[in-house]
Amino acid sequence: MAYLELQDLHRDFGTVKALDGIEIGLGEGEFLSLLGPSGCGKTTALRLVAGFDRPDAGHIVVDGKDVTRIAPNKRDMGMVFQAYSLFPNMTARHNVEFGLRIRGKDRADRRKRVDDLLELVGLGHAGDRYPHQLSGGMQQRVALARALAIEPRVLLLDEPLSALDAKVRVQLREEIRRIQLELGITTLYVTHDQEEALSISDHVAVMYGGKIEQMGAPAEMYTAPATPFVAEFIGTMNRLEATVVDPAAGTVETGGRTLTVEAARSKARGARVLVLIRPETVEVAAANGAGANSITGEVLTHTFLGPVTRVRIAGDGASLIADMPTARAAALPPGSKVDASLPAGEARLLDLDEPLPDLQEEI
Amino acid sequence: MRARRHLAPSAAVWLLLGAAYFLIPLLATFLFSLRQLKTGHCCTAASYTWVIHNGEFWHTLKLSVELALETIAISLVLFVPTVYWVHLKLPKLRSVLAFLALIPFVVPPIVLVVGLLNFYKGTPNWFYGQPWGFLVGAYVILAFPYMFFSLDSGFRAIDVHTLTEASQSLGAGWPRTLLTVILPNIRAAALAGSFLTLAIVLGEFTIANLALFHTFPIYLQYVNETQAYAAGATTLVSFGITWAAMLSLLLVGRKRGQRAAFLTGAR
Repeated sequence: MAYLELQDLHRDFGTVKALDGIEIGLGEGEFLSLLGPSGCGKTTALRLVAGFDRPDAGHIVVDGKDVTRIAPNKRDMGMVFQAYSLFPNMTARHNVEFGLRIRGKDRADRRKRVDDLLELVGLGHAGDRYPHQLSGGMQQRVALARALAIEPRVLLLDEPLSALDAKVRVQLREEIRRIQLELGITTLYVTHDQEEALSISDHVAVMYGGKIEQMGAPAEMYTAPATPFVAEFIGTMNRLEATVVDPAAGTVETGGRTLTVEAARSKARGARVLVLIRPETVEVAAANGAGANSITGEVLTHTFLGPVTRVRIAGDGASLIADMPTARAAALPPGSKVDASLPAGEARLLDLDEPLPDLQEEI
Repeated sequence: MRARRHLAPSAAVWLLLGAAYFLIPLLATFLFSLRQLKTGHCCTAASYTWVIHNGEFWHTLKLSVELALETIAISLVLFVPTVYWVHLKLPKLRSVLAFLALIPFVVPPIVLVVGLLNFYKGTPNWFYGQPWGFLVGAYVILAFPYMFFSLDSGFRAIDVHTLTEASQSLGAGWPRTLLTVILPNIRAAALAGSFLTLAIVLGEFTIANLALFHTFPIYLQYVNETQAYAAGATTLVSFGITWAAMLSLLLVGRKRGQRAAFLTGAR
């Protein structure tokens, strides 16, 4: 049985459906990231769990107990906010101690707990500093310690790293995961950063338009997106609209070419499908006469991404991107004629029965 | 590169002119207050001795200070939770409150007092006949704009929503959140409103005079009409008391302001 359950949650703001029947079950000690673009409802869902807002319908159950109508100060939920939320009039130590004072813990217990938590977040030396004397990253560490001090039943984090610079963000997200695993605390994490979500979560739920598009393990979300939206939102994906020609042979037709896609074997002849191919699975070589499952085209641009270079190729009425080792990409500068081979076994197919989201411009 | 620290000559001239504008009347009043009662010649501290030993001076000053403190207390109790709630839950009402707060500026005190006297006619004597009741009621209205705009700026300077939600998530109820999280962070604003209220009440003449209450400004006016030199001394002593209050605000405000600046920078 799930430790944290969100049962058919609905929340409307005027005519906008912020949440449209959210269902989530999270086991004790697990880490779930709610991932999605702005306005998808992820923060609304978190605020409902925290108790800062009430759902129009549905229930929130923690450890078998319905907490939907319980006030936020009675829920025992630790929360770390996007904005710096430390109380400016209190030192880091007093911030962490705040929840313990409310719970009437005696002084010795409070002191020990605060010391332990400040050590846990690596700020044992900074307890007497006021928030304005701490960097953004340090403030969020104190906020994490403060949220953990009350031994919450669920830890809620609302884009806690979004105001920090890139290096601190990576460092702190790893620490959040380390601490979460160390304490075994059930955690709900809201972010719009897919890399963040994929790197630290046990489960990721991708949200769009107030609904959960797909929920699963990070690797599953990346390798087996269930909807065009997830395919588009998680990572970068080549998309080719196609029609199944011969299911037995696993062939589809796109832009006048026939491609072999193993996944087409399970589709009906004539079905409209979306062929999804990750850029890192596309093989690019100097043009040598298009072989089976390849598209001949011209390199348009190079985008240097460090270990790999992203190459945009246009040809045969299609546009593809491929990630290649930077050294190999250098041998194929913009303007080169190339063959781009599509992997028959690694391409995924989705039924093309809904309009494609236009979320992000690929690089 | 080291910044230039000396004042430009034109700036010094303007500064001196400004200082003279404010200081010459004070100096003249001071010199006037040093004159001897019988001869009118300089110099004696007799007027100051008279002021310091005058029971009526201390009595009316004490009354006005007490009325000011009562006004401040009622205003804070009324307006801090109100402005907090408006910022937190009813932001659309902020402009309505701001408009209402301008009314005491627009309505002349003479109109206000006549209206209030008529409105409250027939209320019990403990309210209508006492400065603690009627007069403080009127002063709370007079102080409304100063208190509201001070508090409003204080609440704008902090993230009311996040601080409140952080406090609640840690288990605090509304009273505790207001007293231990919100109030300390708007302390400078509350102090600013309080000292402005203090200054207004210590100097308010029209309402007290028409409502027949014998407060410090009424006494000051009486001395001014009957004892010219002592009036100068009384004015300067009261001026000093008011300035002491303002100075304390400045010192407290500067200390808190430095922290607020750090805070803003951190964000």
